[in-house]
Amino acid sequence: MYPARFDYVAPETLEEALSLLAERGSEMRILAGGQSLLPMMKTRLAQPDTLVDINRIPGLGGITRANGQILVGALARHNDVIRSDAAKGNHTVASAAPWIADPIVRNLGTMAGSLAHHDPEGDWASVALATGAELTLTSSTGSRTVPATEFLVDMFTTSIRPDEMVTEVRIPAHSSNGGGNYQKLERKVGDYATVGVATSLELGADGKIAGAGIALTSVYPHNLKATEAEAAMVGQSPSPELFAEAGRLAAEACDPAGDTRGSSEYKRHVVDVFTQRGLAESLVIAQGGGS
Amino acid sequence: MNITVNVNGTAHRADVEPRLLLVDFIRGNLGLTGTHVGCDTTSCGVCTILVDGTPIKSCTVLAVQANGRSITTVEGLKQGGALSPIQAAFKEHHGLQCGFCTPAMMLVGTALIAENPDPSEDEVRWAISGNLCRCTGYINIVKSIKAAAATTREGANA
Repeated sequence: MYPARFDYVAPETLEEALSLLAERGSEMRILAGGQSLLPMMKTRLAQPDTLVDINRIPGLGGITRANGQILVGALARHNDVIRSDAAKGNHTVASAAPWIADPIVRNLGTMAGSLAHHDPEGDWASVALATGAELTLTSSTGSRTVPATEFLVDMFTTSIRPDEMVTEVRIPAHSSNGGGNYQKLERKVGDYATVGVATSLELGADGKIAGAGIALTSVYPHNLKATEAEAAMVGQSPSPELFAEAGRLAAEACDPAGDTRGSSEYKRHVVDVFTQRGLAESLVIAQGGGS
Repeated sequence: MNITVNVNGTAHRADVEPRLLLVDFIRGNLGLTGTHVGCDTTSCGVCTILVDGTPIKSCTVLAVQANGRSITTVEGLKQGGALSPIQAAFKEHHGLQCGFCTPAMMLVGTALIAENPDPSEDEVRWAISGNLCRCTGYINIVKSIKAAAATTREGANA
């Protein structure tokens, strides 16, 4: 399979890339890892006029921690996230990273690219929604920070402007009373999730739930933040009964399509079970029983 | 677009279309057919090569992206005309049947051993989980990579 013809530019500075986007960004796509974009171009679902390869631009691949956030650069690969000490500061991220694609794809694919692509079956978007992540979008006129909830509009659709690129993903680090988890069912390594559930918990000094995040993969036309399930937990004492209620609400919120990976009913059941399981795992970490 | 790619220690210059896939540059332009094409969709891993030592699936990378990089394909594994430890181990432990996935398996194994000289069975299986083999059931592939790690460690200590 071959992509339609396109022009290729490989700028060596961010300024150069941004000025290209300012000129005619709507005809361009940014090539970071390319592990989702190139397959789409090969099947001609995507036919950009020009590819802007950002891999020659120095300084975009870092993963650092500052002001309670983990900052993941536009060229940080999934395997960089797995190896990074800074990324371990958010337990949902650390739990999800080894489940992204397969080990070889993880050498190229990036978190920022995955979010910008917003395949509704991508894992990182659920992690971003559950953890309250933000994205830094940069253009030649400046930068703005957008919450993932506003960035992720619909399948393959984000709120990025044609003259902007994602330069950084900013994920809140968990406190010492926080925990997170990612549950993923896949038929084989590298397959899309049959069901994925991202969870994140923060406990208050009284041991009650001060903050809760739950987001679902592959069971709705886009990654779904289970807001009712989240709201039901805040201010409550964590318990298996509470997590069962959250599981029920998350399962109610989703609308999975039946396909070769499972029936709609089956996937909905897995959402219920995974939500409870993920919250239980998150709680163990939040209470200091895990790492 | 003019590119220069170092493949197995030799610099190759070529004028290529941006849409040329790296795997087709290697097979078609350079005639190095040890790198295979299986699924063409980043799933099977038989097109795996090393770019600057890191395994990537060359069906999902453009040749122009490799401009200025160093590539190792299966043809580059041999050491001074002799089999490399991983090639010798695959031969010794019958790590292949039809051979279609073998170049990729050996390259992934080589990269793994470079990073982790004494991988456990789990770590080997994890490393090759993006590479499909439809013949062996993986048992002898895992055995071969572990054996190659042992030979490499002995060589390093000698």
